[in-house]
Amino acid sequence: MSVALQTAPAAPAKDRVETPFQRFVSEFCESKLALLGLAVFTVIALVAILAPWIAPQDPYDLAVLDIMDGRLEPGSKSGDGSITYWLGTDDQGRDMLSGIMYGLRISLTVGAGSALLACIVGASLGLLAAYAGGKTDSAIMRVVDLQLSFPAILVALMILAFLGKSVMNVVIAIVVVEWAYYARTVRGTALVERRREYIEAAQCLALPTHRILFRHLLPNCLPPLIVIGTMQVARAIALEATLSFLGLGVPITEPSLGLLIANGYEYMLSGKYWISFYPGIALLITIVAINLVGDHLRDVLNPRLKK
Amino acid sequence: MRKGIRAAKGVTLGAVVSAWALAIGPAPQGAAAQTLTMGVGAPVTSLDPHYHQLSPNNAVADMIFEKLTHTDGQARLQPGLATEWRAVAPTVWEFKLRAGVRFHNGSAFTAEDVAFTLQRLPNVPNSPSSFAIYARSIQRVEIVDPLTIRFHTAAPYPLLPLDMFNVRIIDAETHANATTEGFNSGQLAVGTGPWRVVQHRSGDRIEFERNDTYWGDAPAFQRVSYRMVTNDAARTAALLAGDLDFIDQVPTSDLARLRGDQRLAISETVGLRLIFLGLDHARGENENSPHITDNDGRPLGRNPLKDVRVRRALNMAIDREAITQRIMEGAATPTAQFLPPGTFSHVPDLRPTRFDPDGARRLLAEAGYPNGFRIQLNSPNDRYINDARIAQAIGQMWTRIGVRTAVEAQTWATFIGRASRAEYSAHLIGWGSDPDASHPMRNIIASPSRERGWGASNRGRYANPAFDAALERSLRELDEPTRERMLMDIQRMAAEDVAIIPLHIQTNIWAMRRTLQHTARADELTRAQDVRPATMR
Amino acid sequence: MSVYLLRRLIQAVGVVFAMSLIVFIGVFAIGDPVEILISPDADQIERERAIRALGLDLPLWEQYLIFLGKALQGDLGRSFVFNEPALQLILQRMPATLELAIAATLGAIVIGLPLGLYAGLRPHSLGSKAIMAGSILGFSLPTFWVGLMLIMVFAVQLGWLPSTGRGDTVEILGMRWSFLTADGLAHLVMPALNLALFKISLVIRLTRAGVRETMLMDYVKFARAKGLSPFRVTFVHVFKNILIPVVTVTGLEFGSTIAFSVVTESIFAWPGMGKLIIDSINVLDRPVIVAYLMIIVLMFITINLIVDLTYSVLDPRVRLEGK
Repeated sequence: MSVALQTAPAAPAKDRVETPFQRFVSEFCESKLALLGLAVFTVIALVAILAPWIAPQDPYDLAVLDIMDGRLEPGSKSGDGSITYWLGTDDQGRDMLSGIMYGLRISLTVGAGSALLACIVGASLGLLAAYAGGKTDSAIMRVVDLQLSFPAILVALMILAFLGKSVMNVVIAIVVVEWAYYARTVRGTALVERRREYIEAAQCLALPTHRILFRHLLPNCLPPLIVIGTMQVARAIALEATLSFLGLGVPITEPSLGLLIANGYEYMLSGKYWISFYPGIALLITIVAINLVGDHLRDVLNPRLKK
Repeated sequence: MRKGIRAAKGVTLGAVVSAWALAIGPAPQGAAAQTLTMGVGAPVTSLDPHYHQLSPNNAVADMIFEKLTHTDGQARLQPGLATEWRAVAPTVWEFKLRAGVRFHNGSAFTAEDVAFTLQRLPNVPNSPSSFAIYARSIQRVEIVDPLTIRFHTAAPYPLLPLDMFNVRIIDAETHANATTEGFNSGQLAVGTGPWRVVQHRSGDRIEFERNDTYWGDAPAFQRVSYRMVTNDAARTAALLAGDLDFIDQVPTSDLARLRGDQRLAISETVGLRLIFLGLDHARGENENSPHITDNDGRPLGRNPLKDVRVRRALNMAIDREAITQRIMEGAATPTAQFLPPGTFSHVPDLRPTRFDPDGARRLLAEAGYPNGFRIQLNSPNDRYINDARIAQAIGQMWTRIGVRTAVEAQTWATFIGRASRAEYSAHLIGWGSDPDASHPMRNIIASPSRERGWGASNRGRYANPAFDAALERSLRELDEPTRERMLMDIQRMAAEDVAIIPLHIQTNIWAMRRTLQHTARADELTRAQDVRPATMR
Repeated sequence: MSVYLLRRLIQAVGVVFAMSLIVFIGVFAIGDPVEILISPDADQIERERAIRALGLDLPLWEQYLIFLGKALQGDLGRSFVFNEPALQLILQRMPATLELAIAATLGAIVIGLPLGLYAGLRPHSLGSKAIMAGSILGFSLPTFWVGLMLIMVFAVQLGWLPSTGRGDTVEILGMRWSFLTADGLAHLVMPALNLALFKISLVIRLTRAGVRETMLMDYVKFARAKGLSPFRVTFVHVFKNILIPVVTVTGLEFGSTIAFSVVTESIFAWPGMGKLIIDSINVLDRPVIVAYLMIIVLMFITINLIVDLTYSVLDPRVRLEGK
């Protein structure tokens, strides 16, 4: 490939009649699959937000749980006949349906929260490293090396030891584990981009650094970032499940989807499939929906995929 | 057994299938007696029998080495390398040694080896938990003749034969300058036991072969492959897949399925491990306990756990039957004491506390807490069978009598340090007893005292001078029936005062192919000499 | 070039130094190794002896200085649990993990690249939609759960593969390798697949994204206009350009594969470093944790260096020296 063949990708267009947002919306709506994903995700998000009002039981209140109702099959009635467990119960007699609704809240908070935070931190540092180069670059990248080599489990153990066990601290642990990932990827892309003509042009115009970084460099680094970002939401949720599996996740009395799955894991061989199967299905649907949206978003936002 | 077949035919699908067919088909006694493949849940970290006092290491050490006294499956003392023992004077124990015993390398076993072993116990470099405590009472060792040895103690000490079952005898000639690495490499793993080490792959497996010159019952297999498969579900799956012949630490959740499987057999016995709740006795009556508040989350200004009525209420609020049936799936025995029925110093008339939530509420009201209070129950989540589940169940039960309970479960690594510093108001923990009630009582109920060596595991800091004095007296009594009566009285005293809240004693479970049988052990040790081909079905 | 390498080396030393300090403080904060390792019936005298034996009676900074002094002479300390040099312990377990990680990475590329290319070149075909949907499964299901399912299906139900453990090994260069024996390979398949799942999805997605973009680039259009065969356009022009992100991420992933093999190794009873580190963390075996992390950090630094060097080969626009 020769340099002469390269041209700068389309800079943010200002001469269109539509506002960028209108253009974005109309382009997004072109994909039925993405719309479906958005619809499903909206329902899931609503269920998660409204859980305290629509769930049959408060699965976090030990007073309403009864181990005598533990591990009941889907469709069973509770011992006192007050509610029907449509998706069965777990070992504590927790209604799985309610558990899943509440678990979604935690998992979405953890997944979206940590992915977003990690993305902001990681992408900013990655951009800075690539743009500034030299000592700044080295310093940031060595911290990345350091971070990437720490096993997530040890990081989680340390953070939970310092801060105690809570949902927020799990988010922090995941951000600490994941940010370096974004930084590394963004830097890789940005290193290529910053040599391109449009950045040089921007530099010649003496635009302020933050403007070059975030208005010019960032949009062109977005595609890989969104690929990773949507995957990382899923990965963060799965990582939280793994931490729960290792006993390092969210508090046991406030189970996330991951913790429900990890709890049910031990019953997989005994045929009590529902304890981990239904939370697993819920997790899967959530992640598929997020990714359908994410995949399409990436295509829409990608300045280089314009027809 | 599978292994041998596979090696012969190579790994083809056919070989796997035929091996499986052979293994589950009508017992081919010849093949079955060749290699036994065992899967254990806890990693074995060293073959040095004196480096780390740790159950999985002890189990393997028991296959290679032997002790003066042994215990049978029900934890009763049996002759081992010593054939008989008695106190010839109040402070002198005499052990008669077994004649004609040889180490794996042919060297003869004599009193010299016993003396040498006792001298090595406190001198193993870097040991994180040495066996020195089992020789601490011995002031002087006297070799009477090659097969008679005497131990002189400072004061009468009835527990010496019991201590001796923790001490594995090594050879004075072979092990003169033995290092832990020497043992780990397998080269120095030379004992008098039924198995010789062929290969040790740290963290993976240990391969044994039969010691053909063993003095006791001949081992039933030519070779043993002892593999570490730490994930519970994976271990069960490996048994189901036929990759393992025998597994230990069967999770209670898999029990129903394994019992229903025609190809498999289960072996179980009530163990020696008590699961109990420790309560905060460290803070005085008018101090705040760290995780107790009133119902609005404000400090109480006093420690309710100092009031025996509150402790009784918390004890009565627990439905042990429900925990045993629903959480433990039957694999536990509700209890109010340390040891299971049938062991020395078990108190027959001390029944598990009756579940009585109404009585508990009344007691709470009487103690001045008609509306209860808030408490946090801390528990490990990776240590005991279903530990975090039990803690949650107790959370439910306490909450129902008005003591609103938050449950926090964490890994043992972060839990135990805090528990030891008495940072918890209530904690769930376990204790594996030697078959003598003085053992748990000395360690977890007696007031901490460095000079007596007591109470090092007393994490609730219970302190009762009357109890300590009675225990002290029992430990000077050499007449076993009298001593047993004394220990029973002391246990009643502890139960009356609710020093701890005992929950249940765990059942130890192993699973194996139907072609095998196993002598279950109360002490949880998984050893190949306890496994034999099943006699005719 | 040599200045560049030297600078990276100095930075590496700094990173390793920082890391050991963090681990020392971190482990100290988590808990007390003696509490975990000591026999519950040990008395106070025995507990004090154990604390001294492990060198934990000294103030933390003094412990750290002693560690540093010995580390400079190549001694990273002895494991509390195994009483063997921590470094030796880790090197013993390393081949098993390397084998697993390499198998998983190769698997991810061999499976992921072609699928990703197809999905990128025919984005609207049914096949590529199926690939994309399938790839979501790869990273949405927790590893431990997939691992158990693999065992249940392929070992318990079908009996095709051995359920757990490492197979027969061959000794080469003083290390045990299992990939050279049939039995070893049979044992390797499931854990490697379990570990590769996430990476396969990642490679598919990165490749597809890269292809779709590159196909619209002017130089590709130009190449097509020039009448080059679609095959040549795809494999010379497009392929070369999408390799950058794929190389970055696979390189990165190789490191985290090793770091994250913990779960796979413990489910499949695979006697590698991952299993060693999780066991060591559980008992706070500090010398092993520190030594393990030092090795992993060095490995990451090396991988990143290789990735950076590869960049400059694959894409001349990236120059190593910075300005």
